Formats: sequence, structure tokens, C-alpha cells
Amino acid sequence: MNTPIRRLGLVVAAMFCALLLASTMIQFVQAKALNDKPGNRRTMLASYAKERGSIIVDGRAVADSQPSNDDYKWQRRYNQGPLYAAATGYFSFIYGTSGVERGYNAYLSGSSDKLFYRRLTDILTGKTPQGASVDLTIKAKVQQVATQALGKQKGAVVALDPKTGAILALVTSPSYDPNLLAGHDMTKVQNNWNALLKDPDNPLVNRTIGGNLYPPGSTFKLVTTAAALQSGKYQPDSELPGPATMKLPGTSNTYLPTDDNRPCGPGDKTSLTRALAVSCNTAYASLGLDLGGNALRDQASKFGFGMDLSIPMSVTPSTFPSELNQPQLAQSAIGQYDVRVTPLQVAMMSAGIANGGKVMRPYLVQTVRDKNLDVISTTDPSTFSQAVSSDVASQLRDMMVGVVDNGTGTNARIPGIQVAGKTGTAEHGKGKIQHVWFTGFAPANDPKVAVAVIVENGGTAGQEASGASVAAPIAKKVMEAVVSP
Amino acid sequence: MRRLAHHDPRGVLRLVTAITTEHPRTRRGTELILLVLAVGLVLLAYADVALVMDGRLPTDLLPMGAGFGVIVLAFHLVLRWKAAYADPMLLPIATVLNGLGLVMIHRLDIAAGDDIGQGAAVRQLMWSALAVIMAIALFFVLPDHRRLRRYTFTFALAGIVLLMMPLLPVLGKNINGNRIWIGLGPFSFQPSEIAKILLIVFFASYLVQTRDALSLVGKRFLGLPLPRARDLGPILVAWLASLAVLVFESDLGTSLLFFGVFVGMLYVATERRSWIVIGLGLFLVGCYTAYLLFAHFRSRVVLWQDPFTPGYSDQLAKGLMGMASGGLFGTGLGAGHPEFTYFANSDFIIASFGEELGLVGLMAIILLYALLVERGLRTALAARDGFGKLLATGLAFSLALQCFVVIGGVTRVIPLTGLTTPFLAAGGSSLLANWVVVSILLRISDQARRPLNETPPSLGSDETQAVKMVKTR
Repeated sequence: MNTPIRRLGLVVAAMFCALLLASTMIQFVQAKALNDKPGNRRTMLASYAKERGSIIVDGRAVADSQPSNDDYKWQRRYNQGPLYAAATGYFSFIYGTSGVERGYNAYLSGSSDKLFYRRLTDILTGKTPQGASVDLTIKAKVQQVATQALGKQKGAVVALDPKTGAILALVTSPSYDPNLLAGHDMTKVQNNWNALLKDPDNPLVNRTIGGNLYPPGSTFKLVTTAAALQSGKYQPDSELPGPATMKLPGTSNTYLPTDDNRPCGPGDKTSLTRALAVSCNTAYASLGLDLGGNALRDQASKFGFGMDLSIPMSVTPSTFPSELNQPQLAQSAIGQYDVRVTPLQVAMMSAGIANGGKVMRPYLVQTVRDKNLDVISTTDPSTFSQAVSSDVASQLRDMMVGVVDNGTGTNARIPGIQVAGKTGTAEHGKGKIQHVWFTGFAPANDPKVAVAVIVENGGTAGQEASGASVAAPIAKKVMEAVVSP
Repeated sequence: MRRLAHHDPRGVLRLVTAITTEHPRTRRGTELILLVLAVGLVLLAYADVALVMDGRLPTDLLPMGAGFGVIVLAFHLVLRWKAAYADPMLLPIATVLNGLGLVMIHRLDIAAGDDIGQGAAVRQLMWSALAVIMAIALFFVLPDHRRLRRYTFTFALAGIVLLMMPLLPVLGKNINGNRIWIGLGPFSFQPSEIAKILLIVFFASYLVQTRDALSLVGKRFLGLPLPRARDLGPILVAWLASLAVLVFESDLGTSLLFFGVFVGMLYVATERRSWIVIGLGLFLVGCYTAYLLFAHFRSRVVLWQDPFTPGYSDQLAKGLMGMASGGLFGTGLGAGHPEFTYFANSDFIIASFGEELGLVGLMAIILLYALLVERGLRTALAARDGFGKLLATGLAFSLALQCFVVIGGVTRVIPLTGLTTPFLAAGGSSLLANWVVVSILLRISDQARRPLNETPPSLGSDETQAVKMVKTR
């Protein structure tokens, strides 16, 4: 019987080897991935025991860790919590992390591989280990102006540096106070969380990059215009039909009107430039029908539609519908039907046009520094896509200047500075008050800022609201905060 | 050798005598040194936990150490007296595992804020003492392991009754979805642990009698010698019994353990690989049936593939995150958070050790188990009688399978099923059973290594009896 016993011994050896291998996989190979799992209480607890790095805006900490006298040793504190919540996110023992707190957790908590030698030195020299601090690209002044301008209205503002993609302001309204979730009294935190979840205005949703996406309305005409110019079939002065109403092809009695129910030009004709300036629905519907769904979709994806982005928070991809019949195509060309966007995407459209057609990858974190303020990592601007040629970009810029100078966007004018822009008013369901948009950039000849503003349901103006009357003044203030000294 | 033994047992005896002219050493001295190390390691761990969690040495370190030392020393002295040639590794390994288990259970009691006098550790300590006393007593009531053969069918019956006991209406208890417990007043007991030993004794005894019929007769199919249809009876019975355990007690672990041990022993007894093929086939059929029949088994499979599947239990995920937080060297005893995982002191005690002792410590524990099994199989190799060989194989293999099923479940080698981690996990019945297993292995190893001139006279006659039986068939 000894031969089979020996063979059984081999089976046993194989079984134990499998156990050793599996333990190695878990505790060595996959350990980091498992430790980084969101909601891992042990990692959270470990990160509470160490001074977490600060999140910094313009040299001042908007999130830092204060010593606390309980088991957790450190208390996370958000100075001006609601103002920066869209960027910082929260750091909660029960509910994990979000925003930059989550995206840069490895640095903030000090567990990043890049901090390995610093950790080692800390251990050897007996210093308390400490997380690295993170400098945001946000400008305090722009963020404050944008937040104040939006006020209590629901909506979002995004401001970008078109040349780099750095995010200068990220405002979502209503916001929340991350301090409510960072406390160590678990019952309180739970109650706060539940209250935030129950709030019908969804303050936890970051409207700039996700949530229920918005229809872009007329701001999408920028994409349609770009597709038209890019096709080579159209020039800014190309003549387009611009009647007061237009029967949609393939329907018996569905009519698309212009915003003011009047023709966009004498003899029901208009130019492409004028059509953009007055946001002529009928002209853009026929333009879209001529270009076709594929051309619009391709142009949209060159601006970033359908692409995954993380800033480091992951951005919900904006969408252009994949299957369209003729009436749907006509409506999509003016940003209705099933076209859906994030405010960040709309800002990227303006930023791309401002930057000679080159869309820069948006980012929120400029540098990471260790506790001695040595730079550990820094974000270099990178090109996301070439959305249009530089010629088309400058044609588009001139046309957008026309919108602000003598079109729907006059409310965005800044004295002494040339502003380019586009208004939008988006229907989002029968009987609901429209969302209003403005996107643009300034100064037009040397752009320093590109913005997108959306105010849900017309904001405080309600029924009377339009992109021109409600969103454009907000955008103006935000751009002014960047360009005026 | 085996065939030779049947025709001329004395020839074998002469042969063995010729090989073992050198008088074997008892190795009791080695055992004593290892025991001192084992006790020292456990006390060090106990002191460490108190230092980390309370910031001072435990006040009862000396009485604890003394009590622990005395029990272990008593066992050692009984071995010197009753089984001087027994394997020197078995007792120290069981001691260190049992001791470390106690420390971890105690450490988890502290984390849970339990009153130390009422906690799981105190119960485990009482069970440990009882189990060791039982193991020692076995040397007095069982001077020769072959006496167990007298009760072959009594054991079989008792084993099956114990196995089915949890199904009884008043006695049986359903804990956490598994009906594998019986309640006796305030105590709950897992009778399958004891049934395991009884049935292994029965298998060994039965297989030694019938192995020739099972191994020599039959046709060949695809180059594989197949047994006769009627000889398939026993394996089918074992399979059906395992399935019954599975279906009625929803206890996949026990079912797998019994069937696996039976197939392993059948293979060793008959030396025919076809049994393994047939056994694996039946096992796969059983698994697939269980998968189709039981939602809770399906959910185990889902969690095996992805422990982080939303909407399912996060126990496995929490165990994995605990182990990951331990990394290579662990957080140190008392410095991690094994209490975040449910059943951290029983089903998931391996994850608790992985977290606090690290990969290094976990590997040491797994290797201790491997060594324990290896000593068991070595005992089987050296045993002079077929029954002893099969019994030692069965007991050692059952330990190996149990480790594989429970540790493999926690480390995602296989889907998680409920079985106790031998010696470590909180639970009296398991502790009792495993100490008895070690005791029987010690008993067999003593007879295997004992020089023939010191062997009790019964050995030769028993072997002749077996020969007679074979001949009269």
C-alpha cells in the first residue's frame, strides 16, 4: 500500500502548495488592490491614524487634518466646505471617500508607492509619517465669484484654462458640507448622510461631471457649426434657409419653430454666421439634415462625447444618439432629442475652439508635495484631441464673437475685452421650465478662460429665463474674474 | 511485499528485523525540546497581545503558563510511559496550533469587549483541557490500535447515527443555515466531527477486509481497470450518504470531507486509479447537482468568482481585505482589525492570522499543518499492519482535506464551505476530535517505530487472522 500512500502524499503536497500560492496572491500580489478597495474599513482606519495631507487652493488649505482626542487621532476639516465640495469630495469613515479625497487617496494618506522612500526615512528617523498635500488648479477668486453668481439657483459652472485644461472653477449647486460626513460620531454622520440622500435637490450629485446629464440645447450648435465648416461645404458666409417654422421631414404636421417664431433673415434666408448669432433653429435643423448624423456624431466625439475622462473623478461621458431618423436628426442638430452633456463637456467645446481647435485634457490637481514641500508629482498639460483645424477654430471664434457682440449673448460682454460665446435654452420635458446655458471664452484673441454655465429650470427667473438673460451674466462674471486684474 | 506477507508473514518479519538491526531512538528528548518551544511561543504570543492591547503584561501569565505547561508535560510523560516510540512532531505541532488558536480567540474577545471570564477563549480553554485529557486517556484504554477493528460495524452505525443526529427534531439545531449541530442544554455540539473518526476507523477496517476483491477482479476499459458492478456498492453508498449530508444538512464541507477521505482510502487500499476517476466523476455530479438545487451554494460560487459582488455577503471580501492589510509581515498580534470579519475566531480564523501575522505567519501555520499531515502519512508508510496503514492514511488525509477545504475557502482556492480549521478555530467538538486523531496517530506511530522485540505479541497473530480471512473467501 506504500506506493499509493506516497502518491496521496503528492496530492496532499499539491493541495498545500495551492494554499500557499493563494495566500501569496492575496497578501502580496493583490494586497495593494485590496487595500485600495473603496469602503475598506481597515485602510480607512489606518489613514485616520496618520495625519492626512491637505488639499490646497491658492496656497491655503481647503481640507486639512486636525489632531483629535478620540480613537481616530485626526479629524478631517473642510474650511469653506460647501464652496469646494465639488472638488474635494468627502472623507468619511462609514461612507468612504469621493472627489480628490478619493482620486488622490494614495498620496493624501501617504500610502503611494512614490512615497516609499520618504516613508522608509520616516520610520528610520522615528518621525511620524504624514500624507502628501495636493495643490488644486482651482482659483479661489473664480470659484467664489462663480458660486456667488449662481447663488441659490440649481445648476453648475465649469471654468477651464483653454491652453492647459486646468480647471479654474468647479461649482455645483446646491452643494453640501463635507464636514457633515467627516465626523467621528457615527450616528450623526449616518443621519447627515441620510438627510443628504433624501434631499430632492441631490446635493451629493456633482452636476459638473455627472448625475442626470443635461440636454445641451443651442450650445450644441457649436458642434454642428464645427461639423459644417470642417466638411468644407460651408463657409461662415454660406447662405442657409431660415424660415420662421420648418416642417420636419418624414412627419406630416410636426413643425420646428425659431425661438421668436420669426424668420432669421430677410426672404427666409440667413448666413451661417448670422444663424449662430441669433441661434436660428430652422437653419441649423436643415444644416444637420444636410450633414447627416454621422458627421455630427464624429464631430461631437472629437470634442469628447462618449470618451472616458477622469479629472481624477470619473466624468460621465456625454452622448450623441447612435440611431436617428430624419426628424430626430433635425432636433439633435440643435441639441435636443437625446443629446446629453455634462457642463464640463460644454466647457471643453469652448476651450477647444479657443485653443486653435486643440482640446486639452481637463485636470484638477496641479502638484503633489510631501510634508517638506518637495514636489512629488505634477500634472503636465496634455492634448485630449484636435477637434477642428486651426482655420475652422478661428472662423468659429469670430462667429462666437459675433454672438456676444450683436447676437443672443450680449449680456456676456466685458468692457474692453472681446468675448466669444454661445447661449442655449434646452427643453427637458413637456411642461417643465427650460434649462438655460451659456458657454464661451475670453479674451477672444488670447483666451485665458473658457466657461460653461447651466442654470436648471431657468433659475430664479423661471418661465422668463433664457440663456441670454440668466446664464450669460453669470458666465460674464466668471470670465471677468479671470481676465480683469 | 504485500503479497509476500499473505503467503509467508514470517518471511517479512525476518526481512524487517534484518533492516532494523540498529535500535531506533525514541526521540522523546526531541519532542520535549519542541514542546518547550511550542509552549514558549504561545506564551510569547499571549504576552504580546496583552502588551499591545492593554499596554502591560497579562497578570495571569505565570499561572496560565504553568497550567499550559503542566498539561503538555503530562501528555509528554504519558507518551514516555505508554508510547515511547511515538512520532516526536505530532504533539508539539498540535500544541502550538491549539495554543495560537487560544491566543487569537482571546484577542478577539478583547476586541469584542467581551467579559474575559465569559468569552469564547475561556470555553475554548476548557475544551482544550478536556480534549487533551481525552487524548491522554486513549493511551490507557487503547493499548493497541488494532483493537478498534473489533468494533467495525458498531463504529459504522454510531458514525451514521451521529452524522444524522442534527436532523432529529428536538436535538438538532439550525445555526447560520447549516443543520450540523445538536444542542445539549447550554452546549452545542457538532457530531460530524466525532463521526469523522468513527467512519474512518470503519472504512479502514472494511477496506482491509475487502481490498483484494475490490482490487483484483474486474475488466479493463480504455486501459483503466474497472471494478465489477457489484463491487461499486460501497462507493455508491458512501456517495449517497455524503449527498444526504449535503441535501438534508446543507453542509457541503462535511460532505466533501467524507467522500474525499473515502475515495482516498479506497485508492490506497486497492491501488487502483479507477476509483479516483470514478470518485471524482461522482463528486463532480454531486457538485453540479448541489449547484442546481441550492441557492446558497450558487451564491458561494458567485462569491468565489467575485467576492465583491454587490448584494451578496461581504464576509469573504472582508476576510480578504483583512489578509491584504496584513501584507508580508502582518500588523502584529493585537494591532490589526480581524474583528471586522464575521466569524473571525472560527471559520475565518485563518484570515485573522493572515492579517496579524502576515503572509510569513500564515505560511508558517499552513506549513505546520502540512508537517502534521506528512507525519501522519509517514506513520502510515511505516505501519506494519494494513489496518494501521489505512487508518493513519485516512486520519492524515482527513486533516489535509479539512485544511484544504476551509483555508482554501477563505483564500479563494475553492468556494467557501463550512468546516472548522483544525486546532485553531473556536469550537469544542472539533478540538476534541482533532486531539483524538493526533492521539490515534501517536498510537499507530509508536507501534510502527517500536523495535520488534519490544512489540506486543498480538501483532503476529492479528496479521495471521487477516490472512485466514482472505483465504477462506
